[in-house]
Amino acid sequence: MSGRILFATTGRILRQLRHDRRTVGLLIVVPALLLGLLYSMYHSAGPTFDRIALVMLGVFPFVIMFLVTSIAMLRERTTGTLERLLTTPLGKLDLLFGYGIAFGLAAAVQASVATGVAYWLLGLDTVGNAGLVVLVAVVNAVLGVALGLFCSAFARTEFQAVQFLPVVVIPQLLLCGLFVPRGQMSGWLQAVADVLPLSYAVEALVQIGAHADATTTMWRDLTVVAGAAIVALVLAAATLRRRTP
Amino acid sequence: MENAIEVRDLVVERGRRRVLHGISCAIPAGTVTGLLGPSGSGKTTLIRAIVGVQIVKSGTVTVLGEPAGSAALRRTVGYVTQAPSIYADLSVRENTRYFAALYGLGATAADQAIVDVGLADAAGQLVGNLSGGQRSRASLACAMIGTPRLLLLDEPTVGQDPVLREDLWGQFHALAARGTTLLVSSHVMDEAGRCDRLLLIREGLLIGDDTPAGIRAAAGTQDLDQAFLRLIRGREEVHQ
Repeated sequence: MSGRILFATTGRILRQLRHDRRTVGLLIVVPALLLGLLYSMYHSAGPTFDRIALVMLGVFPFVIMFLVTSIAMLRERTTGTLERLLTTPLGKLDLLFGYGIAFGLAAAVQASVATGVAYWLLGLDTVGNAGLVVLVAVVNAVLGVALGLFCSAFARTEFQAVQFLPVVVIPQLLLCGLFVPRGQMSGWLQAVADVLPLSYAVEALVQIGAHADATTTMWRDLTVVAGAAIVALVLAAATLRRRTP
Repeated sequence: MENAIEVRDLVVERGRRRVLHGISCAIPAGTVTGLLGPSGSGKTTLIRAIVGVQIVKSGTVTVLGEPAGSAALRRTVGYVTQAPSIYADLSVRENTRYFAALYGLGATAADQAIVDVGLADAAGQLVGNLSGGQRSRASLACAMIGTPRLLLLDEPTVGQDPVLREDLWGQFHALAARGTTLLVSSHVMDEAGRCDRLLLIREGLLIGDDTPAGIRAAAGTQDLDQAFLRLIRGREEVHQ
């Protein structure tokens, strides 16, 4: 890896994003609108809204960044830019971490806006700090980016790429503890939930919801999510081939 | 003269089809070599093998003294694919600056490459809004940054205005004069005369490897189009 090339690649990805104003608008506005919808469903703020909105603040960036990245990487493959980049001094990890950092920064803006709306406009109430919520959301977004980069290797068209959403994202959403607490699941389901990284992100958010200070469980969970993101990025690097048939 | 590229008994299969049937050739450093042949003859595959992105079945490809695709070559070999492979959602300037940064070069080198391909007026435009010809020149600019020692161009002049094409060939020879080796593929015979050397390829076989004058003399005609045809016929008669 090279700091200079990583920096240039991150800048290039952010510049591409900046030229696409509609995507930027959607990235920033959609999570906040969905939270507003949630607020209306529960008629007002309250314990149920607090519980679900808090988890959603972590889930939205994960889902959205997964989708955006898997399409972005697929475009690198289909337009030939990936093959070209791999004939230059750029390292595979320069490219993948470039995506992680660029979309991580985009997610930081997105999560700050969504969290701001949730706390100030919709009256979300948590015992812990909103800043920690943003932190978990960003780490979770990077996880989404990493999984998106990895999955895009197995898709040849945009149609295939979007199909990975139900395969990779929805099971994690169902088992993360939002619908049924992990402790109440049958043994094998719990075992599955325990190896899915989103479960840890959700647990970290629940910890923030219930404790005034950052707990060790929360930091451990956050480390697990960050570790899973790094593993997925390295696995994604293994899918990039300099020589092709 | 030192060879920039040496290809020995190169066999490439794509899918179940054999695309290159044991090609051997050498390309001298500091020349402009034309790789000519009809569409589907294996030009792109040969170039990909020289860049080192093609999985080969057998044979060797040596580029500037290193096996093709070596990490050391990534700084010195420029490659332009047939379809422009640059970012359509960035401006020409943003594209060239990014590629310049990958080679450790700054904005000056990037801007010079834009001028060299005649896109100075369109530097601020998004690549996605350019014409096909402009797009392939933008792609070419990204490969010319920092004067690579070897430049592999896959059909760079398709769809270009005749005046611009003239300019581009001028650029290629200027680069060669400064020591860069160029391999330029084309299916247009009228470009063959502009090359120092020619490789004629058909159905994955090399049927000619000489200077344009040498090929004209061997075929006994001044017209390179005719010469190509006679070389093909000559081979077919040998086979029968």
